[in-house]
Amino acid sequence: MGRTAYILCFVLFAIGLLCVVRKRNIIKIIIGIGIMAYAVNIFLIIIGYRKEGRVPILAQDQIIKNIVDPVPQAMVAVSIVLGLALTLLLVAVGIRIYEKYGTFDITKINRLRG
Amino acid sequence: MRTAALIPYMIFIPLSAAFLIPPFGKKFKRAGDLISCLASAVLAIMALYLAYSVALSKVLVYKPCGWQPHFGVALVADGLSGMMLSAMNIIALIVSVYSIGYLNTYTDRWKFSSLLMLMLAGVNGVLVSGDIFTLYVFLEIAAISGYFLVAFGIAPNGLEAAFKYAVMGALASALILLSIAFMYAQTSTLNIAGISVAVSQGLQDAEVIKFAAVLLLVAFGIKAALVPFHAWLPSAYSSAPAPISAMLAGVSTKVLGVYTLMRVFFTMFGVNSQISAILITLGVASMIVASIMAFVQIDIKRLFAYSSISQIGYVVLGLGVGTPLAVFGALFHLLNHSAFKALLFLASGAVTRLTGTRDLGRIRGVMKDSPVTGAATLIGSLSICGIPPLGGFWSKLIIILACVQAGRPVLAFTAAAVSVLTLAYYFRPLTRAIFGRSITRGKEGAVTLSMGIAMAALMAITVSTGLLLLPNTGNAILKEAASVVLNGKAYAAMVAGVLK
Repeated sequence: MGRTAYILCFVLFAIGLLCVVRKRNIIKIIIGIGIMAYAVNIFLIIIGYRKEGRVPILAQDQIIKNIVDPVPQAMVAVSIVLGLALTLLLVAVGIRIYEKYGTFDITKINRLRG
Repeated sequence: MRTAALIPYMIFIPLSAAFLIPPFGKKFKRAGDLISCLASAVLAIMALYLAYSVALSKVLVYKPCGWQPHFGVALVADGLSGMMLSAMNIIALIVSVYSIGYLNTYTDRWKFSSLLMLMLAGVNGVLVSGDIFTLYVFLEIAAISGYFLVAFGIAPNGLEAAFKYAVMGALASALILLSIAFMYAQTSTLNIAGISVAVSQGLQDAEVIKFAAVLLLVAFGIKAALVPFHAWLPSAYSSAPAPISAMLAGVSTKVLGVYTLMRVFFTMFGVNSQISAILITLGVASMIVASIMAFVQIDIKRLFAYSSISQIGYVVLGLGVGTPLAVFGALFHLLNHSAFKALLFLASGAVTRLTGTRDLGRIRGVMKDSPVTGAATLIGSLSICGIPPLGGFWSKLIIILACVQAGRPVLAFTAAAVSVLTLAYYFRPLTRAIFGRSITRGKEGAVTLSMGIAMAALMAITVSTGLLLLPNTGNAILKEAASVVLNGKAYAAMVAGVLK
């Protein structure tokens, strides 16, 4: 672990961002948004990680020692659900756009300018 | 302390309305309208009551199941959220009344009402959450239902705008979550008051907190459509159905962008000269660039959209200057802008129905065809241009005076000049549109009774916002909101004090 995990996490975020900014295909943009969301989720999980930590479940007659932080995990669970709703919307809009314009290329979908 | 128990209902009522509408809406045609109007009327009354009790008791905290804020998710209403809640819920009520008539040409209108209520639930949730992650979740609820509503007409333009808006919004929410992760790693709390205390103790890495602040600035800049991040706004506003344009302009951008900006920078991090300078730069850039872009627009809704960016610039400028008078002016302008921009977008929907076009060159003589639509457009435009007795004049005057008082004559001059520009780009197309000789005969029954009532009510509000400056009216609410923004750091102590 250590620093490498954080750096890889940011590389993943940057890849997602690059994908959103540079790609022209609607589906690839949606995938880029997904990659960004995953990078943030992984980052949250890493923040909650403790060395040699165990599952954060409180049971009887157990000494609480070295458990991982449960709050970021709860946040990730919520964020995955929100990401699902967003992806659903984007894909639905993408399909409709394909029906109306006959293309997935965003440079050809440009009725709104200025 | 009883009043605090009202706070969760601000979220519960619209949320349950949103889920009650689908089962009834399919069977009865009017059920969606009825439920949404009823729910938002109740909410508007509750919000006004909350705002008054907050003006007296400073802060109200609701602890779900008695959990203390460090563990549970506290809901907090203070002066700022009280003021915003009452303004936003009143506009939501007017928009729901307007949509009864406007949605006649749409199929599946119950879906519209349901999504509108979901958006209101998200907006109210953002306003009352005392926890940064809860704020993020409600912000996402409001934003995602907003994307759906922009695409509601499934016309090609609407879909394109919704996609643009959703991609920008997704980027913004990824940045917010990333920033929350950084703040949690540094302060090990998600509570806004807790983070505020931790930041002022200064135990963490200052660079990381600064990075988190920059991420939030960009993200909320996208949501508020400040100038370098404004690309989505004109498309989204102009392509959405008229009630949604009004809802986005009057409610969504204000709460998801400007309110969160105030909450984060004034309450959580505390302002310093760097942040003030950034806010002033963003505000001035928005004012100038958007006014220039507005000159070349031929679409009536795009014109209103660009002027909306420019007026948000005034608000952010006022917040950046940061003297008591400037913040008061900024909040007052926020209220005024919510009212008159919602009015203008509602009127633009009626104009489009009357003339069948959004092209400013072809809209003539609205006043003759439908007096209420013409009057609404006229009053809204006069207020936004800053014609004396109306609210827009007073708020702009206060902001300009505050800039002079703070020793920033250049800013004062810019604000005054942009105000003149606003007058110019509204005057030219709209005099012809309102008073010109009607060339397209207005369609009979295009403006229904509910649309007329909604526009008349909002017109009355727009005309009377200037009265808020008089003592013993709504002045206490506005002053309390300004004092919350100014003494941002006192928020944490107040929340802690209530809990003791």
